[in-house]
Amino acid sequence: MSLLKLTEVTMNFGGLTALKSFNLELAPGEIVGLSGPNGAGKTTVFNVITGVYEPSHGQIFFMEQEITGMRPDLITKAGIARTFQNIRLFKGLSVMENVLIAHHLHLKANYLAAMLKLPGYRREEREMRERSLALLERVGLADLRDEQAGALPYGMQRRLEIARALATNPKLLLLDEPAAGMNPKEAEDLTAFIKEIQTEFDLTIFLIEHHMDVVMNISELIYVLDYGMTIAGGKPAEVQNNQRVIEAYLGVNEDVED
Amino acid sequence: MAEQKRRNQILTTVSILLLLGFIYFAENYLDLYIVRILNVCAIYAILGMSMNLINGFTGLFSLGHAGFMAVGAYTTALLTMPPAVKQQIFYLTPLIKPLDQMNLAFPLALLVGGLLTALVGSMIAAPVLRLKGDYLAIATLGFAEIIRVVFTNTQSITNGALGLKGIPALTNLWWSFGTAAFTLVVLLSLINSSYGRALKAIREDETAAEAMGINLAKHKTLSFVTGAFFAGIGGGLLGNLLGTIDPKMFSFMFTFNILLIVVLGGMGSLTGSIISAFIVTFANEYLRFLDESINLGFFVLRGKVGMRSVVFSATLMFVVLFYRHGLMGSKEFSWDRLLASRVCQRMQGCFKKRLLKGGYDQ
Ligand SMILES: Nc1ncnc2c1ncn2[C@@H]1O[C@H](COP(=O)(O)OP(=O)(O)OP(=O)(O)O)[C@@H](O)[C@H]1O
Ligand SMILES: [Mg+2]
Repeated sequence: MSLLKLTEVTMNFGGLTALKSFNLELAPGEIVGLSGPNGAGKTTVFNVITGVYEPSHGQIFFMEQEITGMRPDLITKAGIARTFQNIRLFKGLSVMENVLIAHHLHLKANYLAAMLKLPGYRREEREMRERSLALLERVGLADLRDEQAGALPYGMQRRLEIARALATNPKLLLLDEPAAGMNPKEAEDLTAFIKEIQTEFDLTIFLIEHHMDVVMNISELIYVLDYGMTIAGGKPAEVQNNQRVIEAYLGVNEDVED
Repeated sequence: MAEQKRRNQILTTVSILLLLGFIYFAENYLDLYIVRILNVCAIYAILGMSMNLINGFTGLFSLGHAGFMAVGAYTTALLTMPPAVKQQIFYLTPLIKPLDQMNLAFPLALLVGGLLTALVGSMIAAPVLRLKGDYLAIATLGFAEIIRVVFTNTQSITNGALGLKGIPALTNLWWSFGTAAFTLVVLLSLINSSYGRALKAIREDETAAEAMGINLAKHKTLSFVTGAFFAGIGGGLLGNLLGTIDPKMFSFMFTFNILLIVVLGGMGSLTGSIISAFIVTFANEYLRFLDESINLGFFVLRGKVGMRSVVFSATLMFVVLFYRHGLMGSKEFSWDRLLASRVCQRMQGCFKKRLLKGGYDQ
């Protein structure tokens, strides 16, 4: 049984085809990487999975249910959580509030019950706080729970964003370049952290990573995109030696050095 | 910690008792002019808080407040006016049945006014809240104008441009301050609840909020409708304070005044809105001379009608440009912060010094 399945997904933005006939199947418990040069269409894959964009063609299934074009909040409720390439925390709110907000989707008490602080709501609020605190302790941010999220150092913001995603209680976690902007040591710590939470929270992880060495290290399978097309897919070692992948990356490296 | 909490509880209790004492005193001994201004302060505080929920806490740039107030004001007025008065003022076209005979107790009429406004809010929420930023502002502004035009033309319900006169003066300080306190308690409880956090999340980053499983349409509507409810009640209190209302009263200028209160007090601070409601209302009264001619004895300074509006608009511009956080930013009033503030520290310092030195100053 596959957890997530994309069949022939295409995403056009006006005349630009950001993603073309993309196929993917994730089995439960896997860590799979998605790589490719800048503008290859990686984030677009996440955006169509999470409902930010409705794909122009193709279908997406999550746990055998079609979720193509569904509203983002419903997709999150169904069990897919994500982080963003350029961190999107609730910057003006506290670390604790950021995690609490991610618990809101599981709240059973209605609006009036919450406004009037009825006993049922109070119990849920207490549980939410306990769970949020436990999660913050797990990711090592418990001491900073009252700090403003936007004031945290970069690496911690990344961690908080992952903690926040975990709070929605997902089955599938999508990480968009979690190691971006980190030095090798930090990236290594993060890799270990991702592996830990994968077993601890019983997750399937699909992550975008621009840097080949990081994805190689962590993923069992890697897909590589270039100009919206899948140019390779397989075990890290195979992908690394794939001629088209090398060309795609060399092409990018030249661009970068200009 | 516990001691501090106890101290704050005592301070709060004492303040509430003092306020109750003051209201009693004001109702019985202060002159009507001041009492009226105090009533307006409390009503503006309600309106400011309700607008702050929508604009400050949820980040929806809505300018439809005058429309909400109009619905509440007309509803409460029509439900509290005695049938005889209604018959008298609706001389062009009679008031429709069963409104012409209906007469409810004031609190009930206020509640109905609030609920009806909330209903109107929920009806426009679906089309309007799909818009963002400037577009939302324009649409809600349009809504308020439509309400005004409709009220001018539905002669048999609103008495059209003639407006309503002889509305019983049921609003007193107990009602206005009581309702303001109720609004504060309910909205504080809301914004500190999980739903309130969801609203703040929407304000901070809609995309991220939605990715965290927050149903944007639902939560924006909740905020909008709750704000409308309290704006309707505020409108009801205002109508029964002034005694006369007409559609012209609920123009954009009214919304603008409330917006000034919200921005000056701090977007995202309910207590800030209360403080600034008092400041703006009193300033509005004391700056009245700007609109009138001032006789300096040897020289008459010609006032210009509208000068006050200019001052208020300039104030809003100044606040937005240089002082964007307003008085309170997004923080709420707290005893701890007040006691730790510089002014208060100095006062405490002086006080202690006097005690020690037996009255000698420095
Ligand atoms: N909303 C949009 N409207 C128009 N074009 C878009 C939109 N989103 C993405 N694109 C375009 O689609 C292409 C793929 O973008 P995408 O963000 O998926 O790339 P990426 O692989 O994530 O790149 P990066 O490594 O820079 O993050 C780019 O050319 C981008 O400009
Ligand atoms: Mg990207």
